[in-house]
Amino acid sequence: MNKPINGPRISSVADLYAAAYQIEADAAERYELLAGQMETHNNPELVAVFRDLARAEGIHRDEIKRLAGDIDVVAHARRMAKWNRGDSPEEADLGAAHYMMTPWHALQLALAGEKRALAFFTSVADSAKDPEVKKMADEFVEEEAEHVNLVHRLLRKFPRPPRSWSNDPDPPIPQE
Amino acid sequence: MSITEARPACKPADYKSDIKPIWCPGCGDYHVLMSFNRAFAELGLPPEQIVVVSGIGCSSRIPAYTNCYGFHGVHGRSLALAAGLKVTRPELTVIVASGDGDGYSIGGNHFLHACRRNIDMTYVVMDNRVYGMTKGQPSPTTEPDFDTALSPGGTGLRPFHPLVIALASGANFIARCFSGEPNATASTLVEAIQHPGFSFVEILSPCVTFRPDEKDWKELVHPAPVAPTSDPGKAARRIMTDDGFNIGVLYRGDRKPYAPAVGRASADLADLEKDFEL
Repeated sequence: MNKPINGPRISSVADLYAAAYQIEADAAERYELLAGQMETHNNPELVAVFRDLARAEGIHRDEIKRLAGDIDVVAHARRMAKWNRGDSPEEADLGAAHYMMTPWHALQLALAGEKRALAFFTSVADSAKDPEVKKMADEFVEEEAEHVNLVHRLLRKFPRPPRSWSNDPDPPIPQE
Repeated sequence: MSITEARPACKPADYKSDIKPIWCPGCGDYHVLMSFNRAFAELGLPPEQIVVVSGIGCSSRIPAYTNCYGFHGVHGRSLALAAGLKVTRPELTVIVASGDGDGYSIGGNHFLHACRRNIDMTYVVMDNRVYGMTKGQPSPTTEPDFDTALSPGGTGLRPFHPLVIALASGANFIARCFSGEPNATASTLVEAIQHPGFSFVEILSPCVTFRPDEKDWKELVHPAPVAPTSDPGKAARRIMTDDGFNIGVLYRGDRKPYAPAVGRASADLADLEKDFEL
């Protein structure tokens, strides 16, 4: 029985599929929430970025469900794929959102999420006793490493914004 | 098999309404909403058996964002509304949502008496130590040196200590959570809702717009180092001497909840007329 730090206990292939499914499902939901926030706060460029990220995570989620075959990952994830204190690994940090954030910031959130997922699957692979679980965890490690690289490649298109990125000419100011 | 039995259990997403929250991006209240939905799903409560009652303020917008019954009430009066609802419809799960301004200033007196009455409901205060909706005025929990154009040099006033006041007034369950830990918050909410009597849950929920310094809270919070106690004296000492960032259940009392014998569950017109006969 292997329990990665602050994560669900992974003792079978079904557990691993369920955890992976939940990670992608949570990430897609979180990006959709952030897209909604940006829509409300009239930042259309970020709406598009977060929607794209949500779509990408949704594709991964559906792919895991397909690969899981007869395993009911939705029901199984509901029972066991729980992270004790914080969010699941790929959920972007809601507290880091800002109404004037840029695509660079969004991709930083994505990068942090992919790195957390990579760390999670690495810890599962490292501690797996069951060879089947280990083999599959290694595959997820490989996939998450590719996602990390992908975000790095995307970041080349969106350079770090100047320090003045959050300067709002009409800021929310305390009022009496 | 009844309709209720045949219905599949709700997922957290099933408690979301179609209305998009308009909180500032980065606001802790998004996480609190998520914790509500996770707690409701964990409890397996159908949305129509839950009522979320609120007052006024950023945090009080929360009923609109859930699929449960909701009442966005009068400033500071959410507890009074909720108390009336719970005593007449005890079968419902009543959650009251408030903020530090709405709950401790405008509604301060209701807070004391709700704790004292110990009606079986859960009071959640999203504390960001500022009036956010009205643009940054100091609230009862604001630090005395919060220096802004509205409070030059700070208010110099001692902050209100809600957990101790709740304990002294008779709340039967007291916990502190941090919005940035939605799963832990959801688990505490589950416990609070299940605990009989008046449960008070303070959630530290940063206001990123008027209190950007509160982003540091995620580094300051830590699990309470001691197990919850049912001894009010011990609890008072712990709460009075902690650093304000202890997270977890701090007090679990065993007072019997106030549950008045309510009238007839249903009445026809003739019954009602009898009540008014001279």
